[in-house]
Amino acid sequence: MKLAMWTYEGPPHVGAMRVATGMRGLHYVLHAPQGDTYADLLFTMIERRGERPPVTYTTFQAQDLGADTATLFKDAARVAYERHRPEAMIVGASCTAELIQDDPGGLAAALDLPVPVIPLELPSYQRKENFGADETFYRIVRALAAPCERTAQASCNLLGPTGLGFRHRDDAEEICALLEGLGIAVNVVAPMGASPSDVARLPAAHFNVLMYPETAEAAARYLEKEHGQPFTRTVPIGVDATRGFLAEVAGITGLALQADESRLRLPWWSASVDSTYLTGKRVFVFGDATHAMAAARVARDEMGFEVCGLGCYNREYARPLRALAGEMGVEALVTDDHLEVEAAIEAAAPELILGTQMERHVGKRLGVATAVISAPVHVQDFPARHSPLMGHEGANVLFDTLVHPLVMGLEDHLLHMFRGDFEFSDEAGPSHHGATSTVPERPGDLRAAPPAQPGAEAAAAGGSTRLEVVWLPDAEDELRKIPFFVRGKARRNTEGFAQERGIARIDRETLYEAKAHFAR
Amino acid sequence: MSLIAAPILRERGQREVFCGLTSIVWLHRKMPDAFFLVVGSRTCAHLLQSAAGVMIFAEPRFGTCILEEGDLAGLKDANEELDREVARLLARRPDIRQLFLVGSCPSEVIKLDLAKAAERLDGSNPDVRVLNYSGSGIETTFTEGEDACLAAMVPGLERTERRQLLVAGALPDAVEDEMRRLLGGLGIEPVVLPGGRAGAHPAVGPGTAFALAQPFLAETHDALVRRGARHLPAPFPFGEEGTTLWLRAVAEAFGVDEALFDAVTAAPRARARRAVAQAAEALRGRRVFLFPDSQLEIPLGRFLVRECGMEAVEIASPYVHRGIHGPDLDLIPEGPVLAEGQDVDAQLARARGARADLTVCGLGLANPLEAEGLTTKWAIELVFSPVHFYEQAGDLAGLFSRPLRRRAALRGLHPNVRLEAAE
Repeated sequence: MKLAMWTYEGPPHVGAMRVATGMRGLHYVLHAPQGDTYADLLFTMIERRGERPPVTYTTFQAQDLGADTATLFKDAARVAYERHRPEAMIVGASCTAELIQDDPGGLAAALDLPVPVIPLELPSYQRKENFGADETFYRIVRALAAPCERTAQASCNLLGPTGLGFRHRDDAEEICALLEGLGIAVNVVAPMGASPSDVARLPAAHFNVLMYPETAEAAARYLEKEHGQPFTRTVPIGVDATRGFLAEVAGITGLALQADESRLRLPWWSASVDSTYLTGKRVFVFGDATHAMAAARVARDEMGFEVCGLGCYNREYARPLRALAGEMGVEALVTDDHLEVEAAIEAAAPELILGTQMERHVGKRLGVATAVISAPVHVQDFPARHSPLMGHEGANVLFDTLVHPLVMGLEDHLLHMFRGDFEFSDEAGPSHHGATSTVPERPGDLRAAPPAQPGAEAAAAGGSTRLEVVWLPDAEDELRKIPFFVRGKARRNTEGFAQERGIARIDRETLYEAKAHFAR
Repeated sequence: MSLIAAPILRERGQREVFCGLTSIVWLHRKMPDAFFLVVGSRTCAHLLQSAAGVMIFAEPRFGTCILEEGDLAGLKDANEELDREVARLLARRPDIRQLFLVGSCPSEVIKLDLAKAAERLDGSNPDVRVLNYSGSGIETTFTEGEDACLAAMVPGLERTERRQLLVAGALPDAVEDEMRRLLGGLGIEPVVLPGGRAGAHPAVGPGTAFALAQPFLAETHDALVRRGARHLPAPFPFGEEGTTLWLRAVAEAFGVDEALFDAVTAAPRARARRAVAQAAEALRGRRVFLFPDSQLEIPLGRFLVRECGMEAVEIASPYVHRGIHGPDLDLIPEGPVLAEGQDVDAQLARARGARADLTVCGLGLANPLEAEGLTTKWAIELVFSPVHFYEQAGDLAGLFSRPLRRRAALRGLHPNVRLEAAE
């Protein structure tokens, strides 16, 4: 058992739902207790879908357990077929049904329905949502993809976009446009938007674009092995990655590809002097491995940030993430425990966090700027406007996303220049629009946790070498002149600096020494 | 004739409802030193997180002990695992005084004996009261989780011979305060269940008369009766009429004279009537269809029909309990279909056929029905919002009229309206 208050991923059958809901003409019959229908609202509310997910639940209750849950399943499957007349069905069990050991695959086969029925084995107590999506899509492809002649023109499939995928809708559109602009036809996008008959003609394409390894790598590998379709390894998020991706496509197709970059704005935006203040900003990156790795590369190589932490919650892709973290000189954090992530962020003390919905809340708590770059996300990250992460427009979107939460450079500069002005004093508060200060009275405000008796705690701690430092009045006065929103950081830095050098009493000199030390 | 005599359409099939675990989301707010520990699967954790929205982040007082492969292999192991996780939790949260071990579908199917675990942990933690109940989907629907929780508390309540009023059901603080003010005006000091912090829960005994503030407390009702308490049947305190009848049932049981009752209720009654009349303008003469969700449907249907002038097409509830819902059913004129349970596709076909002006349903159905051109009110909000008693009566009507006003405001822009125009 493991205590969890927040989970980055749902159970694997939710992954299967993401595949089914993304597709058309496919129906999922899920053996599950009453209540598991809660997952419907992820699609109808967060993704704002205007139709119910194509899922029939058996919703068995306690009174059914003594009786025949197998019959319940068979009836549900038969009725679902008659009502929805899908081209194919997938059947499986949720975590509770896994325990009662009815066999959905066998039961459905016994019904002898006139369409393919694909059984799913999703181990709920070992694996999670992304595995569920990947495995489900693989099973569907394995069951339905039929040998067919390659298209005359160079063509590809886009693999990986699903229901409830972070920016999948716009990424697919962006990559379609990018490739079609270069004369490469898109044969099928799957699972999102594809029907079972579309899946059947996947092998007509010359190669596959693996957009999201988390949800489609097993299918891509299967198509490579069984149907001789190579697949792309580079996920085109960021300028370099998009160029690398196109080079890879050129290699596969043998075509000379010259992309039109006239609408790619990130390189100039990032090179312009306005962006100089971004140099070396410390950024902590966490999310699913694909997005975390892509965001870390963009942050370092295209925005000029310093990556001070990198991690992912999906163990399946720990290896490449560890390699990238090593290359960036940081330790990789592979965990699905949000408390560990929070502790790591606190320790790294970044100026910007790139993460999931969860890290957004951590950032809010710590007062650190945050941008969301990966699922799990909330309703606001299923925007109405076009906002891909992939391709050229994706790079533009990323630039804006990563810069907006930061205090703008000029503002930063002015705040330092005019820090003595009344508008920037504690009493003015954070806004000039009538907000009143929430900062406590002057004398106490810097001593929220004052070391009452210098050295006492250190002595009590026995072997601890940690030094208790006190702030002298002149240093406190000086500290107070620093704008309130960066004061905490200045205070921490100075104390850390004093600690390292064994300085027990911080005076104005120490403050300036520390400032000089941390300057960059 | 009223709906009490009407036949009930009992349906079985797919149910589009929450399980009882969801009730933790509001219950933990009422018991500030309690922690709700679900023993279940990743699905349970995911459900709680989806239902709790952003609440999860403020040092939540609920969590899930996620069963792993190893726990399923041998049961002995599971108990040790649970003890260890509970110890870790209590070390991290020394402020916790009440711990609820909440059963889930997986824990019930593997027959993990959480009652015994609660007993064991209760004995080994002198500062923490440990209780157990089931919030599993196989046994409970949505608000029934609160019922199971309160019913589990009743046997442990202290005994009293005192003549007293006990009000059962977690109410938002502002609503509870209003209830206490009203009853105080009648000379009655109620005790409430849940009482809040550990040690603040009420005592119970043969002198206790109890009123239910919520319609989903059947188990709690039975548990209180087993402790010798007497139930005061009444319509539920929604709207001016419901509140007045609820207070009157209490007043009669405690011998409050009519003049005092009128003096105390006259002003807030008039205020509530005015507020409802204003908020219900958009509802008058409109047809409403209620899907099953929380068991609030029957009393809310009564409020909408009698006080807001709506016509009910169907009123469906996960369970119909005549002893509890009877007084409300008695006030609803014959006409609407009264349904218990659900076969969601059959019910959707009825709702589509009826095309009511307002369809009250869960979040899994709301947007899909809106996309089909129906106007919906999502039901879960009725459980979270302050809606009981006089001062909230106008707000309650407002919750139903807002979707209709919005639809009117978006005329010309709303895709559904354009859809209808094209037909």
